[in-house]
Amino acid sequence: MGSLRMHKDLVGQGQRPVAMSHTLSEAFPNHPTDASAVGFALSRLPRTNAPILWVQDRLSRKEAGRPALAGMSANRPVIMVDLSRAADVLWAMEDGLRCRALGGVIGEVWGDPAALDFTATKRLAMRAEAADISCWLIRRAASPDLSAARDRWRITSLPSAAHPHDAQAPGAPRWALDLFRSRRSKPGQWVATYDGAADRVHLAAAVRDRTVDADDGTARKRAAG
Amino acid sequence: MERHGNAPPDDVPVVLAREGQHGPVIHAANRKARMEGILPGSRVVDMRAICPELQVEYGDEAGDHAALDRLVLWARRWCPWTVRDGDDGLILDTTGADHLWGGEAAMLVEMETQLSLLGLTARLAVAPTWGAAWALARFGPVRSICGPDEAYFKLGPLPVTGLRLDDPTVLLLRRLGLKTIGAVMDVPRLSLTRRFVKAGLQANPLMRLDQVVGKLAEPVSSVDAKPVIRVQARLAEPIFDPTPYLPDLCEALCDQLKQAGQGCRRLHLTVYKTDGDVSYVDVATSAATRDPAHLHSLFRDKVERINPGFGFDLITLASGAVEEMQDTQNRLDGGSDADLHLTRLIDRLTAKFGTHAVTRPVLRQSHVPERAETQIAALANDPDEGTVVTKERPLRLLDHPEEVRVLYAVPEGPPAQFVWRRQTHRVARYAGPERIAPEWWKDRPGTRLRDYFKVEDQTGQRLWLYREGLHEDGRGGDPRWFVHGMFA
Repeated sequence: MGSLRMHKDLVGQGQRPVAMSHTLSEAFPNHPTDASAVGFALSRLPRTNAPILWVQDRLSRKEAGRPALAGMSANRPVIMVDLSRAADVLWAMEDGLRCRALGGVIGEVWGDPAALDFTATKRLAMRAEAADISCWLIRRAASPDLSAARDRWRITSLPSAAHPHDAQAPGAPRWALDLFRSRRSKPGQWVATYDGAADRVHLAAAVRDRTVDADDGTARKRAAG
Repeated sequence: MERHGNAPPDDVPVVLAREGQHGPVIHAANRKARMEGILPGSRVVDMRAICPELQVEYGDEAGDHAALDRLVLWARRWCPWTVRDGDDGLILDTTGADHLWGGEAAMLVEMETQLSLLGLTARLAVAPTWGAAWALARFGPVRSICGPDEAYFKLGPLPVTGLRLDDPTVLLLRRLGLKTIGAVMDVPRLSLTRRFVKAGLQANPLMRLDQVVGKLAEPVSSVDAKPVIRVQARLAEPIFDPTPYLPDLCEALCDQLKQAGQGCRRLHLTVYKTDGDVSYVDVATSAATRDPAHLHSLFRDKVERINPGFGFDLITLASGAVEEMQDTQNRLDGGSDADLHLTRLIDRLTAKFGTHAVTRPVLRQSHVPERAETQIAALANDPDEGTVVTKERPLRLLDHPEEVRVLYAVPEGPPAQFVWRRQTHRVARYAGPERIAPEWWKDRPGTRLRDYFKVEDQTGQRLWLYREGLHEDGRGGDPRWFVHGMFA
């Protein structure tokens, strides 16, 4: 995690990710096998029963597995598209963003392919905004170079919260969110605690001495997603 | 008639079996097996005792039915009225069609030739009625022909089985000493009427006899082949690219479909080349449609696959898999329905990437994680809807679980340290075990049980780890450890 902010700067930032129109966001997991970015993207999709279009390229599938329906808290239909090349992934995502019946489009691209340049991301972003569908691009083993994505997140797993009944067991997952570039709001860093039963993310400020912790409850802010 | 696809050698007795009430029974037998004395309908174990070298295969009755239904339409090459007769026969109403083939005898030879080219053996007969043809084809001489008034002489020597009666009635007639059809015909009509007054058609020799001689009508009601909806463009001179003609062709085809109240799920574009060859492209849709713009867009990337050769001067566009399709009003404001858009999206994706690439995962009732989720077609109905997940499951699953190297094992719980993908993970916290036993009704014997743990390493990454087997469970060596998934 990069530079850290003081608590008072964060007071106005708690509700920032709220009530935005749907657009293209990029998520960079810190480690390719880290599922936190997928969990965060899923938690930010609108709560409808509309199907999700999920496009994966071959390397993402081989290296980071496929999304498991049993692990998603909301039971909503998923249309999987398994492709081999990144250019095809972008083509399928762009086609999916023309269809307003979808509840969201998630694409997984491995590395930095040549097809995924500024123009490609700009096309995706404009299509997503025209159709008002949220679109997430999950980029593993990638460098965050030039992109037109409106929000760009760097997401890492943190040691989970305490389990309410078992001290030995991992509890609710926690993620370090780093919004390092955003067109719509100020960048910032949070520690998110995911409440799987309610499918809800609690955000808290990221501070080094952990005075404001998710367990603390003093500065807990509820995000929309 | 028996299908000889990959025909077994003639000197080996081969039978097809089907499931009977007390084990498999013989469904059909080849010539050698029949000569050995094997009767269809008897049990396979009994027949094995008669003929120890018997080879038994299971028959595909539904497939045979479907093949016979296709053959019904194929047989229209000889006459317009054809119908399937039971499980093993075709009835062709050749009235007025035989002279086209040079008479009845020549027609039978032609039929037998064509059927043998398909790999089928056939027994053929011509008779004035359905019943007489049935009996002659099965029990009469080869390619026998029965004239209008010859029924008594031709059918007289045949056994009473040829009357299409059920087994108890045949047995009854045999016990009465009536072994041939002629013997039944000689019995006074009044006695037969008295004896079988309450019997139905299947058990009534008199009615069957009337059908044979034509006193009781038995018409052939032929099934109709569906008309093929097809449009074509004849060109003045050969061209190389069909693209400019496609919009008009799609439009004309959709007009025809609309008039027929139907939509198509498959399109065949065929070009007839000047060098005497054809080339074609097929596209398919996930739901029936008759929207010209959509159908045209499906050909967008596929037209290049046509090999034009030296050019072509005829393009045809035919619809396949035609279905009933009602006109529906989508919305009051003229906008289109959401489902409609979804089907079109899936069509576009399937047309470009293939059916195997676009799927929908659905849950299945199984505890084994690999079987808890299957892929179905994107718009298919979930047959097993309502499966509920009760245990915590990871968000991502690896297609093949990856084995980890245990650095520091502890007797209880997961290893304290392990190496996965060349990185050392130290287990900070864990939950489990959750034991998942193999499904003995599906797994092969010797499959080991799994103990699943949700572990969290020092950096906070949460993995789904399992141990395959137990120490000294008699199913292989030491248990091994695998990573199977990742939690969010």
